[in-house]
Amino acid sequence: MNATDVAHLTAHAAADLLRRRELSSLELTNAVLEQIERRDGEVHAYVHLAADLAREQAREADRRLAEGDAGPLCGIPYGLKDSISAAGLPLTCGSKILRGYVPPYDATATARLKDAGAVLLGMLNMDEFGMGSSTEFSSYGPTRNPRDVSRVPGGSSGGSAAAVAADEAIFALGEDTGGSVRTPAAFCGVVGLKPSYGRISRYGLVAYGSSLDQIGPLTKDVRDAALVLGAIAGHDPSDSTSLPWPVPDYTAHLEDGIKGVRLGVPTEYFGEGIDPAVASTVRAAIDRLAALGAEVGEVSMPHTRYALAAYYVIAPAEASANLARYDGVKYGISDRSGPDIWEMFARTREAGFGAEVKRRIMIGTYALSSGYYDAYYLKAQQVRTLVKQDFDRAFERFDALVGPTCPTVAFPIGDKTDDPVSMYLTDVLTVPINCAGVPALVVPCGESDGLPVGMQLIGPAGGEEALLRLGYAFEQSGGKR
Amino acid sequence: MSLTRDEVEHVALLARLALSPDEVERMRTELASILAQVAILNEVDTSHISPSASVLPLDTVMGDDDPRPSLTVDQVLSNAPAAEDGQFRVPAILEE
Repeated sequence: MNATDVAHLTAHAAADLLRRRELSSLELTNAVLEQIERRDGEVHAYVHLAADLAREQAREADRRLAEGDAGPLCGIPYGLKDSISAAGLPLTCGSKILRGYVPPYDATATARLKDAGAVLLGMLNMDEFGMGSSTEFSSYGPTRNPRDVSRVPGGSSGGSAAAVAADEAIFALGEDTGGSVRTPAAFCGVVGLKPSYGRISRYGLVAYGSSLDQIGPLTKDVRDAALVLGAIAGHDPSDSTSLPWPVPDYTAHLEDGIKGVRLGVPTEYFGEGIDPAVASTVRAAIDRLAALGAEVGEVSMPHTRYALAAYYVIAPAEASANLARYDGVKYGISDRSGPDIWEMFARTREAGFGAEVKRRIMIGTYALSSGYYDAYYLKAQQVRTLVKQDFDRAFERFDALVGPTCPTVAFPIGDKTDDPVSMYLTDVLTVPINCAGVPALVVPCGESDGLPVGMQLIGPAGGEEALLRLGYAFEQSGGKR
Repeated sequence: MSLTRDEVEHVALLARLALSPDEVERMRTELASILAQVAILNEVDTSHISPSASVLPLDTVMGDDDPRPSLTVDQVLSNAPAAEDGQFRVPAILEE
């Protein structure tokens, strides 16, 4: 096997070779580092590469493997979205304002992967603070879609998806507030999972919209998504919003089949604004799920069209509070050219934040300000209740829902950067899931104009196992990767 | 939906953002167009609907009151733009 073939391995295939001692973690890590060397000049997935540290971890993983003290992710190289802390590695969230910041502690997800023996390669590019759908709003330049480098990889976890699609990481972690794992997974043709809110600890994840944020894996296939989820899920005393639910072996029932699974198709997910070619590709995928034994029916989710508006009040409102911490005092850049501390706050933030982040801070501050709170923020939270009720009702009749992830395939770089509202429309089918706090799995389901289309499988809170089983059955029915 | 420059400048003050005059003008039109999209929320009757701040099936979670190790002062200050005597250093807040 040459280095390119090695870098192309899934985590579970690589783990089999590592366990049989037919491949070492150092060989695997070097193969991926070579692939980064080959591709990343063009793709620009990484904002910080830690090659020496990765080789050191790989040697340690090889020692564990030799001793037989190794789980399935031991020795597997991966990347982190630039908003998930790793002690000692620079963290910027794609923002100038955090330039020079080095976290003194690991996020819980990072710590759990470290315990599992996974090999951290570096930090992956993103829209600044997660605010964007294309990874063009990074202060460190855009990431390009490995499938067509004239197009965006989706966002905000575009670096994570592009790295996995270009074999520049065996897997990656992203973070999803309104679609930031799922949109890039769909655009780059990889698997992406947004777990139930509370399934994975947010400790050490830089906050954007705290009631919506959730870490999730981006992987080359569904089995890898199950493996990574199992490694990082579970209660954490450091995050009071992490759920005290047990963590099953997410790979145990992957092969059980989907006969009799009740699958709902939301009528509104195929409505106005959805590219007909994307819709027909997803419809064909649903037919395949039906042929595999799923019982498919239509369902109405009447508040779908209001979820986007509610999201674009709630997320900026939460962001405006969360981003108040960047004030030039504790970390990052600090502009002290003014006469007093108030000018230091205002000038540091003016210099440090990009245009989209400023827009969302302004919208959020406006929505929370005296006289507008009831009309915007309270109203949006009430509509959020109705959006969630749509899902509650649908899951009384169905085990899972299925539809497109995005209205279109990956769009050309520069297409939407001057029009915030058209960029926001990219998220129309992903934000309802965050508003409701339920899990969703994106699986590549075909192509339109030579670009990947991702099918979105949605389950009730805690329903990741069924989604993974559906995704696995679909993937297997389509032949080898 | 339209906003005045004064309204934009007031919000920028609340958000501690020193927007340039050009940015104030751009923000005025961009915020107005975003708020116009958000206005579709008014089509929804929410008179008997309670707001959702969270989707969690959890009540307030109480932690045990046990002391445990935390970051050292040096670790906390390691990223500070300016520090002195174990404290963050900032420009004057109060007049002499």
